[in-house]
Amino acid sequence: MNKPTDLKGLVLDPVTNDQRYIGNSEPRHGARRLLEGQGTYIDDIQLPRMGHVVFWRSPVAHMKINKIHTEQASKMPGVLAVVDGLQMAKICKPWVATLGHLAGMKSAPQHALAVDRACWQGEPVVAVVAETRVQAEDALQLVDVEWEELPAVISMESALDPETPLIHPELGDNLCFTRSLDVGNVDQVFASADVVAEATFGFGRHTGVTLEPRCQIADYNPGERRLTVYHSQQAPHMMQDLYCRQFGFSESDVHVICKDVGGSFGIKVHAYPDDFATVGLSMMLERPVKFVADRLESFTSDIHAREHRIKGRIAANKAGDILAFEIDDLTGIGPYSMFPRTSAIEGNQVVNLVGGPYKHQNYRAHLNVVFQNKTPTCQYRGVGHPIACAVTEGLVDLAAQKLQMDPLEFRKRNVIPDDAYPCSGISGIKLEVLSHEQCLRTIEKMMDYPALRKEQAELRKKGIYRGIGFATLIELTNPSPAFYGVGGARIASQDGASVRLDPSGVVSVLVGVGEQGQGTEGIYAQIAADAVGVSINQVRIVTGDTDVTPYGGGTWASRGAGVGGEAVLLACQALQENILKLAGAILNRPVSELSVHRSHVLDKATGEQLLPFSEIGRIGYFRTDTLPAGFSADLMVTRHYTQKDYPFIFTNGVQASYVEVDPDTGFVKLLKHWAVEDCGRVINPMLVNEQVRGAIVQGIGGALFEECLYDDSGLLRNGSMADYLVPMANEMPDIEVAHVETPTQSSKLGAKGAGEAGTAGAPGAVQNAINDALVPFNATVFEQPITSEKILRALKKI
Amino acid sequence: MNLKKKISLTVNGTLVNAEIEPRRHLVDFLREDLHLKGPHLGCEQGACGACTVKVDGQIIRGCLYLAVQADGCVVETVEGLTKSGVLADLQESFMRHNAMQCGFCSSGMLLAAAELVEKQPKANREEVREWISGNYCRCTGYHSIVDAIVDVLDARAKGQKIKPVTAHA
Repeated sequence: MNKPTDLKGLVLDPVTNDQRYIGNSEPRHGARRLLEGQGTYIDDIQLPRMGHVVFWRSPVAHMKINKIHTEQASKMPGVLAVVDGLQMAKICKPWVATLGHLAGMKSAPQHALAVDRACWQGEPVVAVVAETRVQAEDALQLVDVEWEELPAVISMESALDPETPLIHPELGDNLCFTRSLDVGNVDQVFASADVVAEATFGFGRHTGVTLEPRCQIADYNPGERRLTVYHSQQAPHMMQDLYCRQFGFSESDVHVICKDVGGSFGIKVHAYPDDFATVGLSMMLERPVKFVADRLESFTSDIHAREHRIKGRIAANKAGDILAFEIDDLTGIGPYSMFPRTSAIEGNQVVNLVGGPYKHQNYRAHLNVVFQNKTPTCQYRGVGHPIACAVTEGLVDLAAQKLQMDPLEFRKRNVIPDDAYPCSGISGIKLEVLSHEQCLRTIEKMMDYPALRKEQAELRKKGIYRGIGFATLIELTNPSPAFYGVGGARIASQDGASVRLDPSGVVSVLVGVGEQGQGTEGIYAQIAADAVGVSINQVRIVTGDTDVTPYGGGTWASRGAGVGGEAVLLACQALQENILKLAGAILNRPVSELSVHRSHVLDKATGEQLLPFSEIGRIGYFRTDTLPAGFSADLMVTRHYTQKDYPFIFTNGVQASYVEVDPDTGFVKLLKHWAVEDCGRVINPMLVNEQVRGAIVQGIGGALFEECLYDDSGLLRNGSMADYLVPMANEMPDIEVAHVETPTQSSKLGAKGAGEAGTAGAPGAVQNAINDALVPFNATVFEQPITSEKILRALKKI
Repeated sequence: MNLKKKISLTVNGTLVNAEIEPRRHLVDFLREDLHLKGPHLGCEQGACGACTVKVDGQIIRGCLYLAVQADGCVVETVEGLTKSGVLADLQESFMRHNAMQCGFCSSGMLLAAAELVEKQPKANREEVREWISGNYCRCTGYHSIVDAIVDVLDARAKGQKIKPVTAHA
């Protein structure tokens, strides 16, 4: 259970009249089945007549498809179909993933199966469907594609050079999107500043590595002309919409079901060519078709993220005030912008967020998003935040070092003060209310900073090199329609909840946001129990079914608690009102004399129990004849919620990392990590702690281990979990988490998002800790993942 | 392709006779032929541990083990070990600490943890981390899993049971 100290001193006003669960570390009662091996993931579902699809994927970065021979494969045992891009294009339209509000952004049409050309190693070209997966894989060996290799654009650095071939000649160049921002008087400030520090930051491509690979079952029923898709996905209504658009269905013809999802992290919020191909195959064959990526194809076909090179500089004065930031960001996104969220968002966020926690008034940023012949990149947990944070915080440490100021003191001096909100950040972001100062004070105490510095100094004398690194961060959550809606993408920013009092007195809640392990359903049960006024074991949550739940956006941008949770709260409070109205009608008493307490309607004045909810249910459903004429017992209500007050509700926090670097081997040992996070009202501290910790470890993965490595011809060199290093338990530190609660005023619940800040802050904190350990050697490393080799190079030992 | 072999094994206490291709992996056999949902496939090369099951009392990687190798063996999965109560303490402790999020790694993680509890009852926090380092969890960051296992080790050392988790009324 959560340590009681974690929330000491934090008492927010209750949001409901009998708050018992909101704010407590309730166990996720729905999770027991997962611990008993009784979850239902896509691969656990078997449908009658179900075929299995495998894909022949491009073996090279860029190729022309000359001829496809399918005869031999078609004759193999159990094979139901072998389909190429031209056949698929007859039923599935191509797509172009751009957003209207990203001015000038461009991308080329992309097909479910490659037509004429394949543009990255791993792009699906031919689909083989057979009665079993083994049969499909056997037949795949006999698909013969005649192809010739085309020149490939691998390095993002040279993608815009005039002699570099064009991936899509019709676009005119290899530039997807560019953005420039210039606020204040940057040149003059840098010219006259007491201190200027600069560095070039590199970020390796990495990917999400969800333990359950991407997977789905498409089941087209020709009798109903209706498509059902079981999908391991974060945004079921978005996929429903996309299937409608690409295949010409109306919403009522498409049903998307998401049962248990084995990890998502943004990997499963995009629409992949494989998704459309699987649906197309089910329509062609008029039978269910299952696709489950194996790990090798996950590495080349799941989205990658975070390949950036950023030149950055910072200006400060002698007094220790940050005056300006300037960045130049180059990022490579693969050959197509990913559908439908677009691959330009990541770089765009970097521009929005660099320097964001600080009160400086001068900022210039330039962004180039370029195409390459590598796996497409798109939004993965944190989207741009880890990059912006590592750049900002790396520069902040360099400036502090030049000024010979303590990095924590330097941050305290420069963060936007807690009493300055609401205000705008220098890049134009709107900040509602943040708590940087309080978070910095909290982490200082939590880690016993002075003692740690003392320990570091003493050990350094003995030749043990430890470092302390901080990262202050902001994270955008609870997005408004300004994110996708205004750009023309049909991704809902609103979400809904339908809540029903069942005849027995149980409360059923249907929510548009689903569960991928975060504990979303758990917090909805907590909110519902408090808001209707029942025990938590009297609540049942239903998510992940477009036929059943209200229309909503699903899980992205940390919106589950802040947007979905608010919808649940509003619906449940409305249901309680209706319960009281019905009780008033039954008892023939004014509603003002009644109240609800733990599944009973009470006499408000005396507290006497008048009616149990089971009686409300019995009369409301079965004896409406006893109710006054014209009275409608509405025991099911739906409410929707959109956050419209700000483009996003920003959260904030700070992390600190304590590491030891061995200067002989370059090996980094993570000793401890601390995080203070302010995600507004904490609905379940235990769940937030695990969100924070899991996210931090994903951030550490990017900072130290994870990288999708390509050779010069664009072939992925480490497409397996034995070669692509992910954090395992032994290398990870204990992570202490504390909360500051500054509720957002944009909702009744006051919850902000908590899913990504951990990933946003960890790489910056770890990078700064390593560089702090290297101070005696006058060495720095700003190239992630920070491997032993890179440290030894910085130390000039190799 | 059709060189099928007859095998006979006990799975979660039930005798199973089957005729299978020699190339069939144990985890595929358990999942696809016996419709067990507990063992999962994560990486298909022994790196992630999601497919961990017990063969003759020892945990193995179901994706690196052929079903024909299990001929004559006793195979146990999380389903069987749940029923027999072997995992009960760990499951309660995992619940108490939220030592799982998406649950995909949980079956394998629990089996690895159970073997640790049996073989290294005095393991400290670092040793627990080392032991479960063959099992990949992308969600939790491992901290809560280590907490959950350490609690079981402590309870066992004191001769106590982990109190079942119930939602408070």
